[in-house]
Formats: sequence, C-alpha cells, structure tokens
Amino acid sequence: MPRGYITIANAERDTRLEAQVGMVLRVGVLSSAAVILFGGVLFLVHHGHSVVNFTIFRGTAPELRRPGSILLHAIHGDDLAIIQCGILMLIATPVARVAFCIFVFLEEHDFLYVAISAVVLLILLYSLIWHP
Amino acid sequence: MSAIEFSLLIGAASLLAGFLGSLTGLGGGVVIVPVLALLFKVDIHYAIGASLVSVIATSSGSSSAYVRKGFSNMRIGLLLEIATTTGAILGAFLATGTPTGKIAVIFGFALLLSAAISVRHKKKQAPDRPGDPLATRLRLNASYPVGETMEPYQVRRIPLGFGLMFGAGTLSGLLGIGSGAVKVLALDEAMMIPFKVSTSTSNFMIGVTAAASAGIYLSRGYVQPAIAMPVTLGVLAGSLLGAQFLVRARTQAIRILFAVVIAALGIEMIYSGFTGRL
Repeated sequence: MPRGYITIANAERDTRLEAQVGMVLRVGVLSSAAVILFGGVLFLVHHGHSVVNFTIFRGTAPELRRPGSILLHAIHGDDLAIIQCGILMLIATPVARVAFCIFVFLEEHDFLYVAISAVVLLILLYSLIWHP
Repeated sequence: MSAIEFSLLIGAASLLAGFLGSLTGLGGGVVIVPVLALLFKVDIHYAIGASLVSVIATSSGSSSAYVRKGFSNMRIGLLLEIATTTGAILGAFLATGTPTGKIAVIFGFALLLSAAISVRHKKKQAPDRPGDPLATRLRLNASYPVGETMEPYQVRRIPLGFGLMFGAGTLSGLLGIGSGAVKVLALDEAMMIPFKVSTSTSNFMIGVTAAASAGIYLSRGYVQPAIAMPVTLGVLAGSLLGAQFLVRARTQAIRILFAVVIAALGIEMIYSGFTGRL
C-alpha cells in the first residue's frame, strides 16, 4: 500500500473524529446553558427583588459545593442548586470530551494516545472529586 | 441592588465582553473579572469562579465550530493538556491561599501581557528550525486545510511548548481566565504551528484546562450561582454572536481598541491591588 494512502485515510478518520467531538461539545454546552437559564428564571421569579451583595466573600452554601448534594437539592427544585447543576454539566462537558477521546483512540489502536487521554482524564477527575 | 438589576446589568456587560472577546480572539474571561471586581464590587474570588465557568462555555461552544473545519490538532491538544491541567490545579491551590490584593496585582500584569501579545507583530517567516524528532514519535505532525488542499506542517520544540503550557495552566487556575494569549504564544512561537491550527487547538484546550481548576473552585465555595448565571449566559451569547461576525469584522482596529481597554483595566487592577481597594 502506498504511504500517501495511509496518510489520507488517517486524515479522513481524524476529521470524522473531530466532527464527533464537536457534537459532544455542542450538546454539552447547549444543554447546560438551558439548565442554567431555567434555574436562573426560577431564581429571579423567587428572589428577584431581594437585595444581593457579593462585596464580601462568604463562600457558597455547603450544599452548593459537592456534585452529590447539588444534584439532590436540584431535584427538590432549589433554584440556586439547579443553576449549579447546569454549571456542573458545563464542567463535565470537556471531561466527557476527553473520555470520548479514549474510546476513539482505542478503536484506532492508537494506544499511546489512549494513555495520554487517560492521564488527562485522571487529572480532571482528581480535581473534580478532590476534597480538601 | 436587587437580584434582577444585578443579573441584567452583569448579563449585559458579559454579553459585550463575550462579543469583543470572540471578535478579537482574546476570550471574554479576561475582561469579566476586572469588570465584576472594579465596577460591580464583587469579591475577586467570586469573580474568578464565575469567569472560569464562562470560559468553559465559550471554549466548548466555539471549538465545536472550529473542529468541524479540521483546523485543530487533537493529539497536540491532549498531550499539552497534561501540562495545562496540572498547572491549573496548582493555580487553583495558589488562588485559595493568596490574598485579594495580590491576586489583583497578578491579574493586572496578566492583562497587560495579554494586551501586548494581542497587538504584537506576527512574523511571517517560514519556520527555519528542523522538526522535533519527538514530534514524529508522538505522531504530532499533521496537515490542515488551506483552500482546497491539505498542507502538512511539523511541530517544533515540544519541551519548551510543554513548559509554557504549564505556565498558562497555572495562570488560568489562579486567575480564572482562559490564558488563550499565552497558549497561542506557546503553540505559535515555541512550537511554530500554523496560526489557524494554533488558534483552534488553543481554544480546544482552554475548556479542559478551566474544568481542571473549576472543580476545586466549586468545592471551595467560590462558584456563586447567582453571579455565574448571568456571566455564563451573557458571555456565551456574546461569543456566539461574535463568531457570526468573525470573518467580516476581524480588523486590526478592533484588536487595538480591545487591547487598550484590557491594558487600562490591567493598570486599574494593579493600582487597586496595591492600594488595597479590592
């Protein structure tokens, strides 16, 4: 098989892969934005006229800091937790993209990049579930 | 200020920031922190948390458009993400222990640096350095579409690029910005990747880098949903709008104008940081 042929096949496969990755990103961003918007509208309907002041840092409520409790409060209709849930989905979008890459490289038998993607994923998971 | 006024004003400011950030390629995050901190008197840690979330949104949103065109190099992106994500975690650790004034001063210098990088003269020289042998082994050399044909390119000085990316990641985690300017510098100047490839690959990496520090910001209570909501929605809408104009309006004049705004915000941040007003 001539060498050029392999290169073109690789390029085509990479383009297809990139199209799929683009899809993962688009779906992730649009669905998180929708959830943030929904939570935001609820928040403004409930508390739109209360005074807000963020000049002094107090930190968010403890239930808005961990993925588990954010989901729990969001399910119960807490407006701020719903916004936070959308933010969590947004943070998860690039993580999903990296995880997706692992599978694609695995399919291509490109084990070097399976390993590299896995390292990036581990670093991301460390930061997401890391507790001080 | 009532929650409705706060959300509308910040949403509008973020829309403008996202629009200009997308037009100039500097990202909206770089102006949203000073705007929140200086104009709206929001604590800088909250401002950074909100900006970081918006950075993920714009990076993912705009890179979905870029990747379809086949400009970004995913292998380069993933390899360098090892450097940027570790840097981002270090930056997030540093942010929690650094007082507000010092963060403001560092932020100011990062703004000045971004402004300088954005108006620098791009040398149009053919890369004179030989390709890095490491690039062949790591299968980083690729090709990108130029008109109807695919043009191959080689990647150079990988260790230098990797080191710069670690720095970009640390800056991103410390300040809640995408550090797109430093990333493009590393890809452009150090690794000598074609401009279109470096811009879209950098954009691609920004979201992953920001996600690495966002987890730590979230668990420390720095991500305030009432602030992050208008900032994220505004910046995202603005950057999608900006992307529509990208082809027609990418003029040097806009870049210089935005760079001047950024530099002015940078000086203001440094001044406020030193005088303890933040």
